[in-house]
Amino acid sequence: MAADSGALRRTSDHGSPDTPPLGAVRGQPADPGPLDLDRIIHERVRLGIVSALAVNGSLTFTDLRDLLGTTDGNLSAHARRLEDAGYVACSKSFDGRTPRTEYELTGRGRRELDAYLDHMEAIIDATRE
Amino acid sequence: MNLPAPKLTVSEREPVALRDRAMDNLRFIRETMERSASFTHVSGSGGVAMGLIALTASTFASRPEVPGTWLGTWMGAAVLSFSVAILMMARKSRAAGVPLLTGPGRRFAWSVTPPMAAGGVLTVALVQSGLLHLLPGMWLLLYGTSVVTGGSFSVRPVPMMGVAFMLVGVAALLSPPGWGDAYMAAGFGGLHIVFGIVIWRKHGG
Repeated sequence: MAADSGALRRTSDHGSPDTPPLGAVRGQPADPGPLDLDRIIHERVRLGIVSALAVNGSLTFTDLRDLLGTTDGNLSAHARRLEDAGYVACSKSFDGRTPRTEYELTGRGRRELDAYLDHMEAIIDATRE
Repeated sequence: MNLPAPKLTVSEREPVALRDRAMDNLRFIRETMERSASFTHVSGSGGVAMGLIALTASTFASRPEVPGTWLGTWMGAAVLSFSVAILMMARKSRAAGVPLLTGPGRRFAWSVTPPMAAGGVLTVALVQSGLLHLLPGMWLLLYGTSVVTGGSFSVRPVPMMGVAFMLVGVAALLSPPGWGDAYMAAGFGGLHIVFGIVIWRKHGG
């Protein structure tokens, strides 16, 4: 998984140990740069959560944790941040006696992902040789 | 002539780095989406077509007047059914704009293949041993196994259909030899049509 790349594991401006800084890429120095990127969605784990939810109606906490290969604590912190920003909605229920946390993408989350994709494509177009 | 090496400034290098980062991000998004998506290109209408082929085959298979008709009919029906299934899956994936053999589709194909291959080998062995009466139960059981294993990457009705096939296969293996065609019609005919309609209505295609 790309998020596991050692080159991407740097300290971020968001304070999470797994968060690559804005602009970090293999072999390149970290550089916040002039980009006006959506920093909530730009972080790898959060980008993974939003991308996975974009093609699935909803996913459980366990699904997301296994899919993204992250820890409970890390996923929980990033999911909370997305929830606070209104990008994902979280519902809690019980499957028998087992608590079940389910996430789905909100309309705002989908629009922000679309905007992020447009932004990436615009960068690629603008820097085409 | 030795020219001095061009001195790169930050502003000259930055577009390349930016493009690399953007492409890396897009690749990560695509890979995450592919990995998380269920394989939804199992075709419901293809399942119905496979069921109709099996029902037609069951009416021709047990004609005793031509030797070898039974095995030949079912083998022909199998080849025709798999061709229809692959064609319909390719059509459904093309309509969705997603290549058939990426991510979950590839895992689906790899999971379906081993039980199918085992069924092929066992078919040859049982025919050579003259144990044709075991073929319907074995075919149903191993086809069900392959649908269950492949179905773990697909929408829920697919593995459920696999389990139903396995149960019909077990019943066929434990029943008198003369019931084989009835189980073949019920399994490859009935189950394909019923689950095909469910998949068609719930998941399209």
